[in-house]
Formats: sequence, C-alpha cells, structure tokens
Amino acid sequence: MTAIAAADTPLVQYTLRLADNALVLGHRLSEWCGHGPMLEEDIALANIALDLIGQARPLYAYAGEVEGKGRDEDKLAYLRDAGQYRNVLLVEQPNGDFAVTIARQFLYSALMAPFWRALAGSGDETLSAIAAKAEKEAAYHLRHAAEWLIRLGDGTAESHARAQDALDELWMYTGELFETDAIERGLIERGVAVDPQALRAEWDETVDGVLAEATLKRPPDAWMQTGGRTGRHSEHLGFILADLQFLQRAYPGATW
Amino acid sequence: MTERNIPLWEVFIRSRNGLAHKHVGSLHAADAEMALQAARDVYTRRGEGLSIWVVPSSAIVASDPSDKDVLFEPTASKVYRHPTFYEVPDEVGHM
Repeated sequence: MTAIAAADTPLVQYTLRLADNALVLGHRLSEWCGHGPMLEEDIALANIALDLIGQARPLYAYAGEVEGKGRDEDKLAYLRDAGQYRNVLLVEQPNGDFAVTIARQFLYSALMAPFWRALAGSGDETLSAIAAKAEKEAAYHLRHAAEWLIRLGDGTAESHARAQDALDELWMYTGELFETDAIERGLIERGVAVDPQALRAEWDETVDGVLAEATLKRPPDAWMQTGGRTGRHSEHLGFILADLQFLQRAYPGATW
Repeated sequence: MTERNIPLWEVFIRSRNGLAHKHVGSLHAADAEMALQAARDVYTRRGEGLSIWVVPSSAIVASDPSDKDVLFEPTASKVYRHPTFYEVPDEVGHM
C-alpha cells in the first residue's frame, strides 16, 4: 500500500509530533512485555506503554480531523513512512538494558509532566482535554522512572555504572526536546501550543534533583542530536515501523 | 536470586465502596515506596482501589496451620453465638 504524508498545516504537524512521540515510546515499552526484569516491573512497563498509546490515539484522531482528508488514527499511524514521522529521536532509541529504558523514560517524562499540565491551558479545546488526561499519567510515569533511577544510581556498583552509562548515552537526545520551529512559534503565539523553553527550568530542577539523589552525574551539554521532528530519524525508527506497520501494509484494511 | 534479594510484601486495597482494606495478593519490591508503586501497577489496573497498604510479609505473624483444630474446632458447636435466634421485622429491610 502506498505511503501517505500528512498535511503541512501547523496544527496537524504539531498534533502529529505529540502523537508520534507517544506512539513510538509506547511501542518501545511494549517490547518489554514478557521480558521485564521482574513480574511487577513487566506489568508496570506495559501499563505505561498502554497510557502512551492511549495518548497517541486521540491525538491522531484529532490530527486526521483537522487535516480533513478523511484519515483516521490507523491510517496516520500505519501508512506514514519513517520520513513522515515527527517524533523526537529520544523516544525511538533502543530499550538497551533496564537502566537505558528507565533513563529514557525519566528524561522524557520530566518534560512531559509539566508539558501536559501547560497544554491543558491551551486555547485549543481538544488538545486541552487530551492534555488534562495525559497530565496525570505523565506525573506517574515520572515518579515511577525517578524512583527507579534513584535506586539504580544509588544501588550497587554495577547498577550505578549502568545508570550513568545510560544517561551519558541518551543525553545528546535531550536538546531536541526543547526545540521550537516556525510551525510551533505561530501556535505558541496564538496560545495553542506550549513553549518547551518555558519548561526548561522545571526540567532542569527535576533532573538535577533526581540525579543528585541517585548519586549520578549530569552529563555536560555537548553536541545535541536533532532532526526527528522534521522526519530525519535514526536507523532505529525504520525497524520499529516495520514491526508496527507490517500487517496493515501487507494486508491493507485488515481487521480482526 | 530475586527471591533472596528482594523482599516480599503483602498488598491490601480499599475498593471504591469498601470500608476496609482487603488483602489482594503479594509482590516483590526493594523497599516500601517501590512496593506501593508496584501494588498500584499490579493490583489497581482495572480501577479496583482508592487506597493501598503494603506490609512486609515478614511482619505478619500467622497462626500455625497445625493448630487449626485447637483454635477453631471448638467454635463449631456454639451456634448460639450466631445472631440467628430472633426475627428481623420487615420494616428494618436489608441488614
């Protein structure tokens, strides 16, 4: 089946960025299902995956509605190629060991908890409603990841080393979380979108506080990777989409 | 290894309209805070609860199953302890 591209309308693109972040990270976490380090954590990660996919669905539905070309959430999720995906690079990074998964979740959730809270005040009623629900979920995701990071960092020599490695490895993907472009700036001015720069101080405070408690070192801000939000992805996204989209590409419109 | 290093906790949930916390199961967690989180994730996924207690399993003192007869058998013959010897007036309704 031919791949589709979503409209360039700012609101469509903005909504897709939020949706793609949630779907891709949710898919990544779903890969842990049945492989968690312990039963309790296996279920916890699957819960978070379901929260994220649950956030993605109404966002895709809304993007499709605003676009006005009759595309539903499935079409937008299953029929766009990697170059049309708008998620940040952080969320598509491989699960690695448990420390990498937790560090990735922590760095993302430390932004998304205040982000959804701010977006709940959006002038766009649909985004505001979606954000109000996501806010509580993200607050729990942050708590869950932070408590784990503290225990991994302040745990054994092995868990400390792995947690520090995970942070060092993922840090270069944190710069992109705070980027804005013309698409967003227009929406920010109209009170529809949230300016992530305004949340930077809170993110720094959360990250520094948890890292201090975890006895982990904050990596220096060096070269930051970028490009996911405009469709330039790491090689990993293609493999995720191959898993995610295979069925609908091979058997268009299949249902069961 | 997991068994040895990670303590076991008993989980009690107070349901939406329940008055008391009820035992729902157990789980492994490194400490109290993680046990609460795991309890939330494992035992309240379907909206079962409004409040969670976790208690280290090691803190529970249990009766010895082999004492069953000594402890519980004698009550079997004391039916007069059940409030079944008077009639509830219809006006009282469901009790």
